[in-house]
Amino acid sequence: MSDAVPILKIGSTLLVSIQVDLQDDTALQLQEDLAERITRTGARGVVIDISGLEIVDSFIGRMLASVAAISRVLDAQTVVVGMRPAVAITMVELGLSLGGVRTALDVERGLAMLAPAHESAESVLLAAAAERESR
Amino acid sequence: MMTAPSATATERLEVRADSDVVRVRQLVRTVAQQARLSLVDQTKLVTAASELARNTLVYGGGGEVEVELVADGRRSGVRAVFSDEGPGIADLDLALTDGWTSGNGLGLGLSGSRRLVEQFSIDTAPGAGTRVEIVTWSR
Repeated sequence: MSDAVPILKIGSTLLVSIQVDLQDDTALQLQEDLAERITRTGARGVVIDISGLEIVDSFIGRMLASVAAISRVLDAQTVVVGMRPAVAITMVELGLSLGGVRTALDVERGLAMLAPAHESAESVLLAAAAERESR
Repeated sequence: MMTAPSATATERLEVRADSDVVRVRQLVRTVAQQARLSLVDQTKLVTAASELARNTLVYGGGGEVEVELVADGRRSGVRAVFSDEGPGIADLDLALTDGWTSGNGLGLGLSGSRRLVEQFSIDTAPGAGTRVEIVTWSR
């Protein structure tokens, strides 16, 4: 068993940056850890940065799709970011489409993709506060 | 110019655990760089090796992988051989079909890895283990 992949929490988003060559048991552990952290923290979004991954084979691809599906059931959105071009080409040729997984080019865009829901919630609260003040 | 590809280096790894699959990926990557494969070809080859090494482990009950730098006089390439003494494959056509799996995988290991390399050959029979050989050449 290799070391677990750390999960960071930023506001209501969990951020995972995979920086090691993932072995299968570590990938499964990450999947379980994320599900547990989503329920414990009530996170609404998960960003998985795979810019450090030199390959995404069928096992890792399935893990990413599973995390997206599990988080959806737990009322959170997952965005996979940072896929290298060579990895994307290889994955498609392998036959992996990552159907149902949202992607973005980098962490910044991934976070932005998750932001609108929070922003609109925030703007609703601000508008409500402004209304109270004007009374 | 030589007619048969000649090996210039051979490395052998046992595949007995998840961590060995990672070691196979790293070894194939190193040899692919020595063979001067393009980044995309390296990535395809390493991905295929990862699928096949996992098959050796999961379906073959473990085995070994041989990786060598080969040359045919004008090009260099990488040959990798995955062998196990597991149950073998009874219906090879079926096993090479996208989406078919005898376990709980995605059924892309064999069929997908065949698409990722230049040469792919498989030698198997029920009870006689499985041997998969892949080669990718530099352009």
